[in-house]
Amino acid sequence: MDALLELDAVTKEWFGVPAVSDLTLRIPRGEVVGIIGENGAGKSTLMNVIGGVVPPTRGRMRFKGADYAPAAPADATGAGIAFIHQELNLFTNLSILDNVFITGFPRRFGLADRRAAATVTRTLLERLDIRHDPETLVEDLAPGERQLVEIAKALHRSVDLIIFDEPTTSLTPRETVRLFEVISGLRREGRTVIYISHILSDVRALCDRVAVLRDGRLVDEGPVGDFGIARMIRSMIGRELSSLFPPRSAAPSEKVLVQARGLSQPGVVEDITFSIREGEILGLFGLMGSGRSELARIFFGLDPVAEGSLIVAGRAVSGGPMARISDGIAFVTENRREEGLLMDAPVAENISLATVEQLGRGPLGLLDRDVERAVAERAKVDLSIRASDLSRLPVRSLSGGNQQKVVIAKWLAAAPRLFILDEPTRGVDVGAKYEIYALADRLAAAGNAVLFISSELEELTGMCDRVLVMNRGEITAGFDRAPDMPHFDREALLAAAFREVVA
Amino acid sequence: MTYFGSTGGLPRPAAVKGAPAGPDAVAPADPGKPGSRRQSDRLGAILLSDYFVLYLSLFYVAVLIPFLPTLATPANMSNVLSNMWPLLVVAVGQTFVLTIAGIDLSQGSVAGLTSILIAMLLATAAPAQVLGHTPIWGLMLTEAGGPLAGVAYGTWLGIGIVLAVAALIGLANGLAVAVLKMPAFMVTLVALIALSAFAIWLTQSNNIRELPADFVALGKGTIVSLFFGDQHSAQLPRREVHAFVTWPMIVAVSVAVVAHVLLGHTVFGRRVFAIGLNRRAAEISGVPVVRIVVLVFVISAVCAAIGGLLYTARLETGRPTLGGGNFLLDVIGATVIGGTSLFGGKAKILWTVWGVLFFVLLGNTLNLMNLSAFHIDMVKGGVIIAAAFLDVARQRLRRGMG
Repeated sequence: MDALLELDAVTKEWFGVPAVSDLTLRIPRGEVVGIIGENGAGKSTLMNVIGGVVPPTRGRMRFKGADYAPAAPADATGAGIAFIHQELNLFTNLSILDNVFITGFPRRFGLADRRAAATVTRTLLERLDIRHDPETLVEDLAPGERQLVEIAKALHRSVDLIIFDEPTTSLTPRETVRLFEVISGLRREGRTVIYISHILSDVRALCDRVAVLRDGRLVDEGPVGDFGIARMIRSMIGRELSSLFPPRSAAPSEKVLVQARGLSQPGVVEDITFSIREGEILGLFGLMGSGRSELARIFFGLDPVAEGSLIVAGRAVSGGPMARISDGIAFVTENRREEGLLMDAPVAENISLATVEQLGRGPLGLLDRDVERAVAERAKVDLSIRASDLSRLPVRSLSGGNQQKVVIAKWLAAAPRLFILDEPTRGVDVGAKYEIYALADRLAAAGNAVLFISSELEELTGMCDRVLVMNRGEITAGFDRAPDMPHFDREALLAAAFREVVA
Repeated sequence: MTYFGSTGGLPRPAAVKGAPAGPDAVAPADPGKPGSRRQSDRLGAILLSDYFVLYLSLFYVAVLIPFLPTLATPANMSNVLSNMWPLLVVAVGQTFVLTIAGIDLSQGSVAGLTSILIAMLLATAAPAQVLGHTPIWGLMLTEAGGPLAGVAYGTWLGIGIVLAVAALIGLANGLAVAVLKMPAFMVTLVALIALSAFAIWLTQSNNIRELPADFVALGKGTIVSLFFGDQHSAQLPRREVHAFVTWPMIVAVSVAVVAHVLLGHTVFGRRVFAIGLNRRAAEISGVPVVRIVVLVFVISAVCAAIGGLLYTARLETGRPTLGGGNFLLDVIGATVIGGTSLFGGKAKILWTVWGVLFFVLLGNTLNLMNLSAFHIDMVKGGVIIAAAFLDVARQRLRRGMG
């Protein structure tokens, strides 16, 4: 087996604590190798070592048969390694062409030769099946297309190894399919790919080999054929996880708690009518741009709505977020960093944010920090948030799953009746995902209504009592989980989501 | 607007951090520290202390005393303190605005307008040959002084009116920023230009003197004086009696204490920080963003007006250009040196107190060195840059320790 990249007993320590320890791994030439592991397992550190961002504490690397010890990211680039990060490295205000040639234009009479550059770029774009002019601005491209531009950049530099770090987090299912075709194409051309992802089914579908990291060590490795989802999870978390989803602990009652009637906003949503019962988890499935997140924002009073009404626990709700919170709505947004958390504030302050008014004492509103701490401590135990000093530790230093639990704790403190969860498990690892599902179940079992918005069909079919499909701002279909038939009709769900888009 | 913390920020050098870089970084499980780290921990603790700038000030004084013996004289100390109070009040207001990642450039013009308005209202007499051609002559001001001259409780009424005007200016600033979503920098820059011009136009750039005694006492009134002369002389020689506790001190310390409680220990303050840390998250979590932002700009303008009143009383003169020149530099410079971040979400009134102390000491010592005004400003500029750098360094350290 010809190895393109070999790691020999690579260790990276931070102040004596190993983030990667004694890792020996061979990346065979021309294969797609999936690397999986929970947050904190050492994947990012490993990639930083390969990419020349940080030097290894011990151990050696060989690339293309020669010793490889990059001192800076430029060395990795020069050797023929490209990184496609979660957050893309593009200048969105520049054109595709400018981005591809950002490090150096072809020259003619000492000037940049845009025409020659355009020809090259066009060829690259055709190879990746991007139907855009090279002069199109990157900001006018969809997220998936941007990623392909990043790949075009890499191909232009004729790289041997392309490393993808969670590439599908912001892609629609269709864009994901396209990305996988491109990656397969790269393999056919003889290029080598390292693919890091939390989505195990993708890893299974795409990769030739799988390597599992846990606590900085390589704990399992082999051809993908030997790996079922169960083995991947077992290796990642080091214990048996009987199922991806917790069992639902209670059936929904017959009593309607939330009622949306004829919500319409031109160009956004059209005549949205549905109800959620007490104890029900209602799934909302749709592609990006189908209006699902926009509907959530309308529910929470963040976006205007022209017509229709929303009733929660017998009361018509109106006004902005402040009024909606006191009317019993909670909104776990899809991007917790931008909309959910004060990243640099301590955990306790984040938990009390939505209910801070209740901590006020006297006419000045003096903060009762004892109560705040008590609430935070209770939430920590209740949701098993892994954080040491709640009053001092900033949320930024928590892992993704624990951050998400802090967001949920914040809303639990407000004792809402309707929980809107928008992509609550995005960027969260398998173990924490399970905990978030269990939380959704608990919220429902306590007699609340849960609106679970997701683009991952598995989690919707795994957790919801009912799933509605949104398409172009309308609810186009609804699916019930029959008591005797525990599974949804996945094909029908997908068909409803893609309808018209395909046609 | 930029919010501290919500963006990725600078590439973080991994060696500074105590945990692996990148999205996989989890709370560092208190790594076993090698011995060399303990010393840097102690240094870090000083750097991160709330009293850091106070230490810096004391160190600065200690270093300079051998070269500038006048620095430690009671007369000079009394002078430093009296320079500190008005600036502190204004800087406290600025601290609130910086906390929401805003900025208030209009404070200087508010102070200037305040100065001219209060003098206009309270003046006990006015010379026609100086002010006779101004637009306010006959309307507000005559030979017999302003409309509140000789009125019972006129001084307090005048102060109330002036503070209300300042509050209205702050309201306008706040509404433009919060409701019209205009950048604070632009809104308050326009207010600065327009209000300064208005204040100067009112008196055609003339000063108004002849302020009533009860108002002037506000700027100079001494409650406790210290005497350092010969105890046995029957009469106290004026030169050796130094004001220590003064009305400006009482006012400034009261404002600072109230502000400290408000910003650090109330629901309101918590919301101010939330907006500065992440405005979108704050809004979605039910923080009444518009109301808080407007209130913050009102606080800033009212603080600027109180500062303006203290300066006016001390100078015994209503001066339209009071907040001109480098006033803004002093206010923002002192606040930022204290440690308040221009990116919002990181501030403490205590820091601002030390920042003002340091800034006033800096100006004072440069004066004692007989440097020209130009040199003084050049050095002050350099110090602000150094403070900005220190702020970045402290921030990095804080993240590393978190």
